[in-house]
Amino acid sequence: MDFQVVVLAGGTSKKLVPLVSKEVPKALLPVANRPVLSYVLEQLELSNIKDLIVVVEGADAALCVGGWISAAYVDRLHVEVATVPEDVGTAGALRAIAHHLTAKDVLVVSGDLVSDVPPGAVTAAHRRHDAVVTAMICSVPVSGLSEAGSSGAKDKTKKPGRYNIIGMDPTKQFLLHIATGAELEKDTRIRKSILRAVGQMDIRADLMDAHMYAFNRSVLQEVLDQKDKFQSLKQDVLPYLVRSQLKSEILINGAPQGQQAKENGNDKVSYRILANASTPSFHELYALGPNGSAPVRRTHKCCVYIASNSKYCVRLNSIQAFMDINRDVIGEANHLSGYNFSAQNNIIHPSAELGSKTTVGPHCMLGEGSQMGDKCSVKRSVIGRHCRIGSNVKVVNSVVMNHVTIGDGCSIQGSVICSNAQLQERVALKDCQVGLGYVVSAGCEYKGESLARKEK
Amino acid sequence: MDARRVSQVVPKVRQVGFVTHSDPNPPPQASRTQSVPIESNSGTPYDSPDFSPVMIPPPRHHSENLSHLRSAAVAVPESSSRRPMWDDRVAVVGSYNPGNSLLGQPVSPNSSEVNSEASTTLGWFGRNSSGKFSAGSSFPGGGFDLTTVKMENFTQLEGKKPEAVPGKGGGGGVEVNNRESSSNTLKAKTTKAERRETQEAQRAAKAAGKAQGNKPVAAAGGAGPSNILRQPSQNRDDPAVGSTIAGSDRRGGDRPPERERKKDVPPPRMQFDDQGRVNKSKKRAVFNQPEAKNRVELFRHLPQYEHGSQLTDLESKFLELDSMHPAVYKVGVQYLAGDVTGGNARCIAMLRAFQEVINDYSTPPGKTLVRDLTAKISSYVSFLIECRPLSMSMGNAIRFQKSRIAKLPLTLSETEAKAALCNDIDRFINEKIILADKVIVRHAATKVRDGDVLLTYGSSCVVEMILLYAHELGKQFRVVVVDSRPKHEGQALLRRLLAKGLSCTYTHINAVSYIMHEVTRVFLGASSVLSNGTTYSRVGTACVAMVAHAFRVPVLICCEAYKFHERVQLDSICSNELGDSNDIARVPGRPDVNSMDNRTNEKNLQFLNLMYDATPSEYVSMIITDYGMIPPTSVPVIVREYRREYLLI
Repeated sequence: MDFQVVVLAGGTSKKLVPLVSKEVPKALLPVANRPVLSYVLEQLELSNIKDLIVVVEGADAALCVGGWISAAYVDRLHVEVATVPEDVGTAGALRAIAHHLTAKDVLVVSGDLVSDVPPGAVTAAHRRHDAVVTAMICSVPVSGLSEAGSSGAKDKTKKPGRYNIIGMDPTKQFLLHIATGAELEKDTRIRKSILRAVGQMDIRADLMDAHMYAFNRSVLQEVLDQKDKFQSLKQDVLPYLVRSQLKSEILINGAPQGQQAKENGNDKVSYRILANASTPSFHELYALGPNGSAPVRRTHKCCVYIASNSKYCVRLNSIQAFMDINRDVIGEANHLSGYNFSAQNNIIHPSAELGSKTTVGPHCMLGEGSQMGDKCSVKRSVIGRHCRIGSNVKVVNSVVMNHVTIGDGCSIQGSVICSNAQLQERVALKDCQVGLGYVVSAGCEYKGESLARKEK
Repeated sequence: MDARRVSQVVPKVRQVGFVTHSDPNPPPQASRTQSVPIESNSGTPYDSPDFSPVMIPPPRHHSENLSHLRSAAVAVPESSSRRPMWDDRVAVVGSYNPGNSLLGQPVSPNSSEVNSEASTTLGWFGRNSSGKFSAGSSFPGGGFDLTTVKMENFTQLEGKKPEAVPGKGGGGGVEVNNRESSSNTLKAKTTKAERRETQEAQRAAKAAGKAQGNKPVAAAGGAGPSNILRQPSQNRDDPAVGSTIAGSDRRGGDRPPERERKKDVPPPRMQFDDQGRVNKSKKRAVFNQPEAKNRVELFRHLPQYEHGSQLTDLESKFLELDSMHPAVYKVGVQYLAGDVTGGNARCIAMLRAFQEVINDYSTPPGKTLVRDLTAKISSYVSFLIECRPLSMSMGNAIRFQKSRIAKLPLTLSETEAKAALCNDIDRFINEKIILADKVIVRHAATKVRDGDVLLTYGSSCVVEMILLYAHELGKQFRVVVVDSRPKHEGQALLRRLLAKGLSCTYTHINAVSYIMHEVTRVFLGASSVLSNGTTYSRVGTACVAMVAHAFRVPVLICCEAYKFHERVQLDSICSNELGDSNDIARVPGRPDVNSMDNRTNEKNLQFLNLMYDATPSEYVSMIITDYGMIPPTSVPVIVREYRREYLLI
């Protein structure tokens, strides 16, 4: 279909410290005991995309990700792993791999997207309108975005602020205005020209950009070339394209220019027949100018694909989101996980060992080779592979990664415990994050803290 | 082509037609002694016995005997041929009739005759007679003046005709071809058994060749018989397209009698009330379309789907449809979403997509371009049908396209073949659509005079061009745009007309009978014109045409000849398209009046949103096409004679 797919897997995100580290880049964070990147790749594979480019920030991370991909998808996908320096941003990453892009359109997906929205839908919407960019937007998760401000469960109690403002035309096909993050501190300004052209604008604050874009390749490359200050697709490139859609500065070697080039009378007539018969978008009406003569203004279209509410679509870009996604993937969105749930609505690997009177509730997952002592209780939690859990341990609403040792009598609530960590006896954790290989000494109680080893 | 050249010589025969019909000239004069107003009517009964044997080939008589069609077929060509003298005669009526018109009552002696005439002859004559009758009987005096004024307009319209018609060869050729082919059909009739025999023999030979040979041999063998097959198709007067298409089919198939029947009869449409077939076709479907639950019983045979979910379903499969060319996919999505509507636009969009397909095509190893590309295009077409049923114009275009592929010489290299095919598509678009439109516009503009009030319905691109062209010529006229729910296509037309500075009236179809008083011409577009003269067009067209007919306003259908179809359709039930039922259940932009919202799933409520209707030929005064201005009864002639040209261009 002449689409190239670029997965931006990121590197070691600062927002996710202490969960991520050099050994575990963001792309490999486990969601229901599978790297988060696998959800994207699987979705793409389902859509029959076999060739893709995965862009990773940082050489170490690239090595990890590349190793994992080649092991997991050796004969299924043809993946090219590209390494870009850290902190170049998403736009910079695309700039770096620009010479790899050859297809007519490029689909850019963030590697941390956990979603069951078919990528084909975005691309089809893109093609249908010959758009310059098509962005997928989804509804904001209930717990609110934790992008701004500190992470942690405490945010739940706060009323979620408005971090996204998205303006669309009444048919909900075109993107008219987008403002995210910091811009919203000030008043939002909307151009009069676009309001005049469209007539009516739906402004929504309950939607957010899901970071799946379909770009027209030549336009994308042109913008990246011209505006070398642009760092991020989401904050620079997309708003720029949306802003300039009625006074396009880019030369699209696609539709509008081609139409002007048609000087042959017959082509003009056939073009007019087509144009008259098709329902014109406001872009075309605006381009026509007041007297309906030949196009006088150049425009381009920015489309939008709204993921329906029945679809699951969340980005793993904060610790809170990490918790939520883990909970959802084994809970309400369990079709994503790819596991078969037992009658009790949980997954317990056959090799896991449970002590007597230990209960594992619904919406839980117990990985391969994990052992649990007596009288434990696990609720709404994910426990990774080869963990050793003593007796009388309570794990509620938490994520425990692989090879974790938990001593007797621990109580863990709403926390994340990374691989190889060790919790000694009678540790009580609430809303904490325990970093890779950290040892929590016996009898400690922590609440809402982030525990990690000091970097050497 | 040779046959046509002969026809160029023969036009004298057509002159005979004119001459004979100067013979009936005396009878009207004789009748004038009886009563003046009937003269135009009385002309008809006298003429028709003389004429029908000359004009109408006997075999067609038989075939069309079944219904009133016959009368339409009989009467209207006469009127077309008699037009030249017609105008002076009616002009006479217009000039000194008003006084005599009160004598309309003396009709009684002839009334039985005239009555029968009124019921049988429809079209031009039917209108006059019936008009006069109603006027004579129901309105005295004043009402009559109005009709005579109308008549005058009408006849002036007529008066222009003779200048226009002989001007182009098409109109002249038509009648002649009619006769010639009648003899041909006769010949065909006699040799039918013979034909079958030869075909059986050919097929047997081909099967034998296939059985013995491996692939290349088979290919060569396939080329041989196909040549043989084509040879007879030129000899006898078989619709050439049908034979070649069938020929290409035949190579694959091995059920001779069925195939042969198919050649004569157009392939039956899928009947959607046949559960087995529907299930079968669903398996083949590219994307699933849930069928609507509550369908109107009468229209169960037509596809109707739950709208809304299809688009998302198709969209989500975008990347999975590997075999689908992006251009075709895009066109399909646009059809489904309703982004592209209108016969010409859909046809152009499809052809452009096929052009891209051909450009990107490369023959896979071990296959031949001719067959593989045909199969590919067929699969694309079936995808497009899934998105929205094809219009007849598209069917014709596809047929053209396939015949061009089938006729590619084997010696051409792939690049040459592709260039040739792309060129063919370009030529089809240019000649059959764009140039045709230009010709139609030129013709139609002669029918627009200062002070006219032109009515149009919906949004037809040709009619729009006509109006704009007439405006450019500096003619002073007013336009009435009649529109209807749910699509409101007229609004777009209205906007464009207003932008060009035309003076317009916009109304809905409910008010058409009120506005019709002031209208002098009705210009309508058509999705297709069928060979019994029926116009298949946007739903509502028939209503407008009927009202215009009742008000004795001439109805001019503007339609490119590539939209003509040999099918005969008497109603709009057996083949139609059902639109989204939500369109009529809801008022867009007015959520407060959506009282039907929660009733869409009610068991005893069915929505019917028909897209097309069939306008009977008697309501149509004239069809303006690229071959000239013709009466509806001449459509089959064009279909028959110019069908070959699809292959020859």
